[in-house]
Order: sequence, then structure tokens, then C-alpha cells
Amino acid sequence: MADIDEIDTSNLAYGRTEWDDHHHLPTNTGLTNEKVTMWAFLGSDCLLFGALISTYLLLRNRVGPATSGPTAADLFDIPFTSVSSFVLLMSSLTMVLAVTSIQRAEMDRCKLWLLTTAALGSIFIAGQVYEFTSFYREGLGFTTNISSSAFYTLTGFHGVHVSLGIVMLVTMWVLVSGGQIGPERAETIEIIGLYWHFVDIVWIVIFAVVYLIP
Amino acid sequence: MAITEERPEILELESGDTSFSTGAFARPTNASGWRAWFFTVDHKKIGIMYGAVAMFWFLWGGVEALLIRAQLFTPNGTVLTAEQYNQIFTMHGTTMVFLVIMPLAAAFANYIVPLQIGARDVAFPRMNALGLWLFVFGGIFLNLSWFLGGGPDGGWFAYAPNTGVTFSPGAGMDFYALGLQIAGIASLVGAINLIVTVLNMRAPGMTMLRMPVFTWMILVVQFLLLFALPVITVALILLSFDRTFDANFFNVAMGADPLLWQHLFWIFGHPEVYILILPSFGIVSETLPVFSRKPLFGYSVIVISGAAIGFMGWGVWAHHMFVSGLGPVGVAAFSATTMFIAVPTGVKILNWIATMWGGNLRFTVPMMFSISLVSMFTIGGLSGVMHSVAPADTQQTDTYFIVAHFHYVLFGGALMGLFAGMYYWWPKAFGYKLSESLGKWHFWILLVGFNMTFGPMHIVGLQGMARRHSRYGPEDGFDFWNAVVTIGAFVILIGMIVFAVNIVRSWLGYKAGTIPQEPADPWDARTIEWAIPCPTPEHNFDYVPVITDIDDFWHKKYQPDENGKLRKIADGNEIAQKGDQSPHLPSPSYWPIVLAAGLPLIALGLIYNLWVSGIGLVLLLGAMFGWSLEPATDPNAGHDDHGDDHDPDTNAPDGDEGGDAEVAEEAPVG
Repeated sequence: MADIDEIDTSNLAYGRTEWDDHHHLPTNTGLTNEKVTMWAFLGSDCLLFGALISTYLLLRNRVGPATSGPTAADLFDIPFTSVSSFVLLMSSLTMVLAVTSIQRAEMDRCKLWLLTTAALGSIFIAGQVYEFTSFYREGLGFTTNISSSAFYTLTGFHGVHVSLGIVMLVTMWVLVSGGQIGPERAETIEIIGLYWHFVDIVWIVIFAVVYLIP
Repeated sequence: MAITEERPEILELESGDTSFSTGAFARPTNASGWRAWFFTVDHKKIGIMYGAVAMFWFLWGGVEALLIRAQLFTPNGTVLTAEQYNQIFTMHGTTMVFLVIMPLAAAFANYIVPLQIGARDVAFPRMNALGLWLFVFGGIFLNLSWFLGGGPDGGWFAYAPNTGVTFSPGAGMDFYALGLQIAGIASLVGAINLIVTVLNMRAPGMTMLRMPVFTWMILVVQFLLLFALPVITVALILLSFDRTFDANFFNVAMGADPLLWQHLFWIFGHPEVYILILPSFGIVSETLPVFSRKPLFGYSVIVISGAAIGFMGWGVWAHHMFVSGLGPVGVAAFSATTMFIAVPTGVKILNWIATMWGGNLRFTVPMMFSISLVSMFTIGGLSGVMHSVAPADTQQTDTYFIVAHFHYVLFGGALMGLFAGMYYWWPKAFGYKLSESLGKWHFWILLVGFNMTFGPMHIVGLQGMARRHSRYGPEDGFDFWNAVVTIGAFVILIGMIVFAVNIVRSWLGYKAGTIPQEPADPWDARTIEWAIPCPTPEHNFDYVPVITDIDDFWHKKYQPDENGKLRKIADGNEIAQKGDQSPHLPSPSYWPIVLAAGLPLIALGLIYNLWVSGIGLVLLLGAMFGWSLEPATDPNAGHDDHGDDHDPDTNAPDGDEGGDAEVAEEAPVG
């Protein structure tokens, strides 16, 4: 708090700095509004996945008088899912490369890495689709039992997150290709990168907690 | 941390390619009439609309309450059937929590917070409009159930498995689950927006610990919303999947544990309690110092205890579940945390009393409502601490004692504070004060009616009257106090009619010129929203205010003389900004309301026919497309008024050095 003596009492009115429409004010945190928004959203999303993971852990081995069919854990194909997890993790690397290249104004590389990231994400989603269909053929439908409902809901929500990320990446690729996004807007790519890394980290947790812990 | 980065305008495409950034469709202009409201992105209009819509739902929730009380006026009441009673009490709670108190708090947050931090708008004006319209459509969607086979009937807490298709075969609970989902998205959008606004857009010199307490409490509430909403989102998703897609989350035959719902609901639900009350705590922390003519006693303690409530609110949820068989360790732990959370709340009460102590009190209507918050909330707080004692709570669970308790904190606390805020900030929003004499009638009738309604519930509750039951027998001995309670409820109705009359008469008087337009600073207030004219000009501040102190505006008006005695050195109305600048503002937009309209259609389709969902999805995606192609500020909107005919600096008595120095000084702190 400023000392009373320091206050210039001759200056009473509020009005010293002009609102300037063309020159933007610095933010208090030094981070742009968009970046703080993404961090806040990711914080919120942590709780979403936290609740879904807790639900799965509570319900995965529950049985009642009407329970039948396999549980999700009976059908896990760990080697297969390990490979698709590895693909998703590698996409974080290519995402970093995309951000770095746009910051260095290397637009062709940025486009390449954006597309590679989207492709790796798509491979992961394809793997999930394959996994879901093979589980279904082995008798584990969404409504089969309580563990199947919990499993499909949790991994499905993660799949939707990855898919939205792919949509964003492809959109960025289109905008960078069309010249609407140049090096001066590198932060947009960086913010989408934050989202992408978050989705990857959540998958690490899901893979470890849901697939690997017996 | 050095401030190097710029603050870009929201979602604006800075490519300079105007053919791309003009948007796919024509955008609304600043027209008059209903368009000026439906397509606005102005935080002030959005705040007023939040308030108006919330007051409509308050009326409807009040009608539901009166129906409940009419049913319980005599033993074996016949006003409602048991089914109707279940629906009415469910929707009374749901309406009052999600459609009244939360949006009323959002109304104040939207209107006041940007003014208190010296900003021209919130960080993302169109997202702000989206939040409003999602709330509006969510509320309409929720209440559509009345016309489509009956309202939700599982209580506002919607305990599983009561809410499954087996026990609630109508569509009511579907409307509940999906309607709250829409309202939840509205709150989440608003929460992120306000967090960014408060963290990033404070005026130079306004460090976190110079922020007005109201803004502080709103910030805490937005963080609570940010982290609590996803949990109820998950719970509602599980419920919807069970009801719509035959999932098994709450299917006991498959081994489900109904406690899962209770935990998820109350992990959201207890922070929700603080989401409801902290805005009102913030409001009285503004009004009590103004009308006591003293600084807030222990500003930093109040702020820290508010934040402490925000943290500790996450560790007490299971006290709603003491009778669910948690086991002795769980019960003991949550008993202890519940006792602890009373400490920061009690600290606030004592600080408010100390603020008033020895002050030069002015008993205006906002002051009276503020004092009634302090006293009525204390009663509710004391009965709340009683619940932390698990053996006592076991006796009181599901009785009217609980109903009495939470109405004392939510009506006697949250609503009283919100009424204080309405009377206090009315001139800032509309330019004139509400009538003080009618306001006092409103206050006293409401206070008497409130205590008549909820006071006796303590007694019948301890006598064992169970809540949520549509009938009691004549042999139970509850009839006298229930008659008193019902009469009290109608006294509250009279009080609210007086309030409505006050609003209409004051408005008519203002139009007719018999009620004067207020100057900038009608209450001799302390914070900078009073340093601009009443009503607030469209652009808020002519110049960025530079903040040097807590209660900065007060210190511009009052300074100690050489003997240390406080002297008035300036008149607030004279030093206030004139509101005669016209800076460039964010332009109105069609897309928030169109995007928001997509969600209830998707939800309706999930209940009835997926084709309807398809229409909603098209609307949603189309609006997202239009939104992202449209710059936040219309490049074609007039810039002409920024000619050379006025030089803003001539209105400023000082140069820019002060401002720049403040930024540099403040940067490491903020």
C-alpha cells in the first residue's frame, strides 16, 4: 500500500492514461488472456477426468445378482494398447516441433509437424475404434455390465478429447497453409499444443491406472 | 516478471486480411429496441439481463414454495397429490439454486467486477453473452418438463437410484440432467471469463491485495465453479447415460453403489454452498464500510478467510452423508473439517461487526439488508455447526431442522446480501435510487416473514417432522407451527410485492422526473465503480484509473490533515470521470445466442428424437463457424469520433508518468 505522503493530492481526478484502442494494454500476469483461458479450462478438465477415473476404479470389479459377461479388464490387449499409447506420446513430440517451427517462422515445417501430429492422433483414435469393436465382438457391449459402462464412458470421453484436438490441428494446418496464421500468431499453435499435451498426459494416467494396474 | 506481451483483442484475426476477417454474415449494429439486448456483448447489459431473468425464476420458485406451504398448511393437505408435491419441491430447490441465486450472483459479477477493477469489459465479451443465453435456455429447457409429462421428482440432489427409469419413469429427470448440464456449461464459460478478467485486466496499480472484497469473493467463487462443475457434469452424464442409453452406473442389480452419486453430487454440492454465499459476503463487505463510514476491519483477513473457505470447502462434503454408513473414521474426519470451516466464516462475521463498531452508521436500505445478512446468517451458521456433531446430525438428518438451517444461510444469508447489492448498485446501473421508504417496508416485511417461515421449522424439525413428505397427520402435533410457517411464507410474498411496486414506482418516477438522476457518487462510497457517472456510460471509464490504495476512491476524497484528522478534500461527484469519451467497443454479435440455442435442441433430441439433435448440432456448428470468422470488434464500426477535436490529455490533470511508474512498480507484485 502506498504511503499516504506519497499520494499527490493535487491530482484528484481519475484520468491519467488514455484508453488506446490501437495499442493493447499489457496484462497483469504477463500471459495473454487466451493462454490463461486454456490453463483454466485444463484445470477444470482435470476434475472431469478425475471424476471419470474414480468412477471406473470404483465400478470395474463390481458384481450384482444380474451381472454377466466379461469385465473390460478381462479383454485388455496390453501390447496393442501399448503401441497406440506410444504413438500418442510421440505426437506430443511432433506437437512441440510444430510450435518451435512456427516460433522460428519456418512455416513449411510447422505445416508438416501439425499434419504429422494430427495423423498420429488419428492412428491412436483408429486403434481405439479397433479396440472397441473387438471388445464388442467378444461380448462386451456398453450395457453388458457395470464395468463395461464405466470403461467405455471413460475411454470414450478421452477419445472425444483427442478427436477435438485433431479437428483443431487440421484447422490450424488449413489456416497456416492459407496464410491467415503467421509467425506473429505462434501463440495460437502453442495454446492448442497445451491442450494436446494435456490430453496425452491424461492418457498416461488412464493407461497406467485402468490398463496396467490389475 | 516483466510485462512484455501485449493483450490482444479477443479472437480477433490480426492477419490484416479484411476479406477474411469481415465474417460470413452481416453483423448486428448497435440498434435500439430488443436487438440492442439480444445481440449485445456489453457486460452491463448482460448483467442486467442475468438479474431480470433470475428475478423471473425467483417469482416462479416462490410460487412453487407457496404451493408447498399451501399443501402443508393443515394436516393431510389436499392441494397437491404426492406426485405433484415431489415435482414441486424438486423444482423449488433446483430453481432457487441454479436459476435464482447463482445467476443473481452472476448478474452482480458481470456488472460490477469490470467496473471495480477499472476494465472496459470482461476478457471475452461474446463468451459472456454465450453464458447468459445458455443460462436462459437451460432454465427454459428445465421448465419445459412441466408441459411434457411432469417435472423432475428426485429432489434437487437427485439421489440414485430414485432417479433411474425404474423409479422415475417420466421424462422429468431427463430434463433435470440435461437442463443442469446446459446451465453448468453457462457457469463454466462465465467462470473462465471472469477469472481471466480479474487476473489479467486490472487497472495499473491495482494489485491483488488492493482489489475490492466483492471482486475477491467473486474470483474465489469462479475458481470454485471451475473445479466443482466438472464433477457434477460427470455425475449428470452418468445419470443421462443410464436413463438414455441403458448404462449400468446406478443399476443395483449389476452391483452399482448408490453412494457414488452421493459422493459426486456433494463434492460438487458443498463447494456449491460457498458458490451461493460468497458473492453476498462480498457485497456486504462493500456496503458495511460505506454505510459505517469506516474502512473494512481487517481487509486482508477477510480476503484470506474467503480464500480459506474456498479451499476448505472441498474437504467437508461428506457431512451431507453422515447417515449413509461412511464408518467411524470418515465421519470423525468430516466432523472435524466441518468444525474447522466455521472458523474463517466466524472471522468474517467478527470483522463485519468490528467494521460497524464505533462507525457513523447510516441506516439506508442496503445497510439494513447487510446487517440482516450478518445476523440471520449467523443463526444459520450456528445451526450449521450443530450438524458437524455427527450424533446430533443423525437425529436431524432429513427433518425440517435441516430445511430451517439452509434457508437461514441461503435466504437469510445469500438473498439478503443480494438485495443489499440491488439497492446499493441500483443507481449505478439505472441512474436512480429505489425508494428508501418502500425499501424499508420491503425489508421489514421480508425480515418478519422470513423468520416466521423458517424459525418455526427448527422446532418442528427437532420434534421429528420429516422433510420431503407431502403430508403429516393430525396426531403428529405439527399443525400449529406449520400454519404459522405457511402464513409467514405469504408474508414474504407481500414483502416481494412491495419490492416489485418499489421497482415500478421508482422507474415511473424517474421517467416522470420526480425521482432525480443520481450523480456519480450518491453513497459517498469507497471503490472506483463510483468514480464514473450513474448510470454507467457504455464504455465504463474515460481513462484508465490508476490505483494507489485499497478503497482508492475514498482516499481521493479523504486525507488526514497535519494533525492526523481525516478531512474531506474533494467531492466524489466532482472528481469522478465525466463519461464523455467514446472509445471503440466490442461489437454486438448474433452468434452467442444462436450457439446457445443449439444446446437445448440437442438435449430435446436426446429425450425424444435424434433428428432434433441433428438440427441442434447444425445450429451449433454453424454458429461456431460464424463466430470464429467474425472479429470481436467490427472493423467497419465508426472510428470517426476519434478525430482531433478533442485531446484526451486535456481532461487529465496529470501527464502519463504516474501511470507508467505504477505499472512498473506493480508488475512484480501482480
